[in-house]
Amino acid sequence: MTRDGKLTIPVGPNDHVQGPEHAPITLVEYGDYECPYCGMAYPIVKRIQARFGDRLRFVFRNFPLAELHPNATAAAEFAEGAALQGKFWEMHDTLFEHQRALNPSNLQTYARSHDLDRTALETAIQSGGPNERVRKDFMSGVRSGVNGTPTFFINGHRFDGDWRDEDAFAAALAEKGAP
Amino acid sequence: MPNVLQPGTAAPDFKLVDQSGQTVTPADLTGRATVLAFYPADWSPVCGDQMALYNEVLPVFRDYGAEVFGISVDSMWCHAAFAENRKLRFRLLADFEPKGAMARRYGAYRDADGTTERALFVLDPKGIIRWSYLSPIDVNPGADGILEALEAIGTGDKS
Repeated sequence: MTRDGKLTIPVGPNDHVQGPEHAPITLVEYGDYECPYCGMAYPIVKRIQARFGDRLRFVFRNFPLAELHPNATAAAEFAEGAALQGKFWEMHDTLFEHQRALNPSNLQTYARSHDLDRTALETAIQSGGPNERVRKDFMSGVRSGVNGTPTFFINGHRFDGDWRDEDAFAAALAEKGAP
Repeated sequence: MPNVLQPGTAAPDFKLVDQSGQTVTPADLTGRATVLAFYPADWSPVCGDQMALYNEVLPVFRDYGAEVFGISVDSMWCHAAFAENRKLRFRLLADFEPKGAMARRYGAYRDADGTTERALFVLDPKGIIRWSYLSPIDVNPGADGILEALEAIGTGDKS
């Protein structure tokens, strides 16, 4: 008998979501901004979103592999701080598009380019809220059977196939979203 | 597929060295919960690697009072290089000579490939297997099953 990874914390109001709430397909990614595989997955997810349109809801949760990727946790906290100013997805995209430049001064540059209130951002990060958020995401991932980054869940079930095969990934999504 | 040892079984004897050459036997495991994680080989791809995941989750395992050991048929020298490269903060046991002897006792050896299976065992502080799981060889089983088993044993600060 195999263990089927199942999302233990359902998608809720605190999640970062793109796409309609009642979309038939929900794709959840547990990812790490400094992980090269997540960087490879980033454009694939964008194309999948374009392909499925309103039939797909995409959710991103943090799973920084801090031992392997020294900037991953700070980057994740930075995106969560940006989220408090309504700019999560802008920062998410920027971080994945510049995943080899995630040191503290790089992050400040991205804050400037997205017109964030940097004092408020710094205060928010110092408060520990973003850190707590990232840790909660990480633990929810561990409890759901996240086994590396990126790990995807389609309608609550871990996708164990190869997401790099875009057509196979789309087929798995379409199958779940079939009426 | 072999049959991995089932819950209720006392952990079979073994004597292996870790990546720094220190010997480990079941006597070293008693008194706290233990996770024995057999995996096919060192040097599998980075981010999806099972040992890298356990390295990240290590503080949580330790909150449950548990120690983790990774086990494969790689030698201690290979383990040492792998552990250093991946910055692993737990011990890897070399089931190297006679090859796979420990894995065979746990029902976790792949004769066809000459490697260990991807198999997990959670032992209670008395050295009794309380949970075991044989994963498909190409699927990293994650850490959720281990945490559920540790919760059931109920040791450490989290109990």
